[in-house]
Amino acid sequence: MTASTAPTREIAFREALREAMSEEMRRDQRIFLMGEEVAQYQGAYKVSQGMLEEFGPQRIIDSPISENGFAGLAVGAAMYGLRPIIEFMSWSFSLVAADQILNNVPKMLYMSGGQWGCPVVFRGNDGAGGQLGSTHSWCVEGLYSNVPGVKIAIPSNPYDAKGLLKTAIRDDDPVFFLESERMLGDKGPVPAEEYLIPFGQAALRRGSWDEPADCTIVSFGRPVNFCLDAADELLKEGIPTHVLDMRTIRPLDVASVIRSLKTTGRLVVVDQSWPFAGVASEVITQTCERAFDWLDHQPLRVNSDDVPTPYARSLESEYLPHKGKIVAAVRRTLGNSSKPAKQQNSKQ
Amino acid sequence: MPIKTVYSAKIEHLQLLDENGVLDERLAVVGGKPVLTDEEVVHLYEFMIQCRTLDETAFKLQRSGRMGTYPQNKGQEAAAIGSGFAAKKGQDFLVPCYRENAALFMHGLPMHYILLHWMGDERGNQIPEGVCMTPLSIPIGTQMLHATGIAWAFKIRKEPRVAITYFGDGATSEGDFHEAMNFAGTFQAPVVFFCQNNHWAISVPRETQTASETIAQKAIAYGMPTVQVDGNDLFAVVKATRDAIERARAGGGPSFIEAVTYRLADHTTADDARRYRESAELEMWVGRDPLIRLRKYLEKKDLWNEKLQAAAEEKARAMTAEVIKAAEGIEKPAVDDIFNYTFAQPLPAEIEKQRQTLRTSSLGQDPQQAGLQGEAQHA
Repeated sequence: MTASTAPTREIAFREALREAMSEEMRRDQRIFLMGEEVAQYQGAYKVSQGMLEEFGPQRIIDSPISENGFAGLAVGAAMYGLRPIIEFMSWSFSLVAADQILNNVPKMLYMSGGQWGCPVVFRGNDGAGGQLGSTHSWCVEGLYSNVPGVKIAIPSNPYDAKGLLKTAIRDDDPVFFLESERMLGDKGPVPAEEYLIPFGQAALRRGSWDEPADCTIVSFGRPVNFCLDAADELLKEGIPTHVLDMRTIRPLDVASVIRSLKTTGRLVVVDQSWPFAGVASEVITQTCERAFDWLDHQPLRVNSDDVPTPYARSLESEYLPHKGKIVAAVRRTLGNSSKPAKQQNSKQ
Repeated sequence: MPIKTVYSAKIEHLQLLDENGVLDERLAVVGGKPVLTDEEVVHLYEFMIQCRTLDETAFKLQRSGRMGTYPQNKGQEAAAIGSGFAAKKGQDFLVPCYRENAALFMHGLPMHYILLHWMGDERGNQIPEGVCMTPLSIPIGTQMLHATGIAWAFKIRKEPRVAITYFGDGATSEGDFHEAMNFAGTFQAPVVFFCQNNHWAISVPRETQTASETIAQKAIAYGMPTVQVDGNDLFAVVKATRDAIERARAGGGPSFIEAVTYRLADHTTADDARRYRESAELEMWVGRDPLIRLRKYLEKKDLWNEKLQAAAEEKARAMTAEVIKAAEGIEKPAVDDIFNYTFAQPLPAEIEKQRQTLRTSSLGQDPQQAGLQGEAQHA
């Protein structure tokens, strides 16, 4: 027996994030965490619980309500050798910091002729949180992934959250790290031993590289979990699928998508941001450019609907990608064009 | 119950050298020492001539098609050079916008870097080792936050450095200005906010920019010492900046300086200020030219004369020719640079692939051209 006999440790997503930050802060004195409510209040979502006590107010810093302010401050601090982690309570609030995070952060290295890097990790909740209304439910990946010069990680489970965040913190480039309020309490196996997950490597969550499947389902972030539910349901019907969790959008592991596509011939991309010019569009475009001849059916997208995020519970759940929509899309690639099943909790 | 005054404030205006070149001898001495020695004044005046000569030559370069766009510093040299001189070379950081050429030169940036930058070359923003400044910031106001972050990093790292950030009167309307000042105040960051109030934000006059009587008073709301200085008075600028830097270095937090000056030239070479400014206003400020004032002072003290002026101008012309030669003589950038500057090394695989192959933005080229032909075969 080579495997450890100790039971696999399970921790919540927020604890995984906290462990990643704390471990990195212990090994690198240059790192600090700044944001609204991160210190005294232990984090608006308790991600930074206990960190003020361990690291003190010089490294766990409550900021004024000033997203553009602390984003810009992080740029300066990073330019002078510190390694800031900036917590946006929600990525929706990052919009007021757009000039700093899109017009300064990703361009600083370029505009200084390769001299001034900007190694800042911006992290926080992305996507609809559960009836937060349209202005607080942004999925920024669609907008932000258009900008060169940043890396974007979007984990779907606690294990990835920890491994990807540690990689993000050590990266010399700016990283946007997209979490989900809806997943912070999710528990999953996370080993106590240190590990890092490299960027740009998708993980196959359902199916096996050695076994052919009928359809490749590609996703990232929270909707990966809906894809897993969909895949399980489809398997019961005798439809095996591959579910690929991209884990990072920038860089994007299109090679793995193509690798899977070559065994399935069909592609469904599930993306919780809006459909127009989004990440799903990009995955499909790159796939078509590079592996068009391997497609047996046109690729399909399951996005959120092309409307502002609804406030009403029933509308919000129907607006987002969900299992029913994913199952229907996969069936459609297989020639079954039945209408998408409604979410269980949605009203007719 | 009587109404109490819970806060009141005043803004001081500091002038040491008047328009006739007469120095207030009392104010120009601090702790028994002159704000500037005779040698220093002569040196800084010569430097001003050099900066003015380069500035006017740069304008001509643009007009003759040898440079893209150029924002002249003309008229603001006392504010730029005085503050740059007060900062400690190799120690304090200058965090500039785009019009502070003279301050940057004062702080050690080789002059040809600025020309190279405005000729359209990122390498003009590669700051030489040992020169403490950040690249020119072109968006309005963003650099003030960077300065606050840099200053905060000094504080965290317990380094006795100070950051000075430059911006115009127009930038004080930006959110970044207020957020930077708010952070600097609450974090007590060692940063000096140096406002070049040159009265015009392209075509928008200072009065349209803000309804406050002075720019300096805005700093009061952020809890920092603030002063208005005659920005065309080298002595006043040096004194005020030195005060602010020393206070910050001693742990006293941020300060604000409003330097009242005037943009004698257009906003940039893409602008024609004659369309929106009264010539009488311009004439008035030409009369307050910081170079004229300083020359009057030096001549009164018998430290300067026509002969020295001619020699200094000749030296400045020769130097400018050398600077232009250096900027224009640099080899063209390599195409690889666009990829190399986008991410830290080693580059992400997709960018590396672009660098090695077609050097276009899309991966959607013909796979054979793009060097991706392998992908079509292996499963």
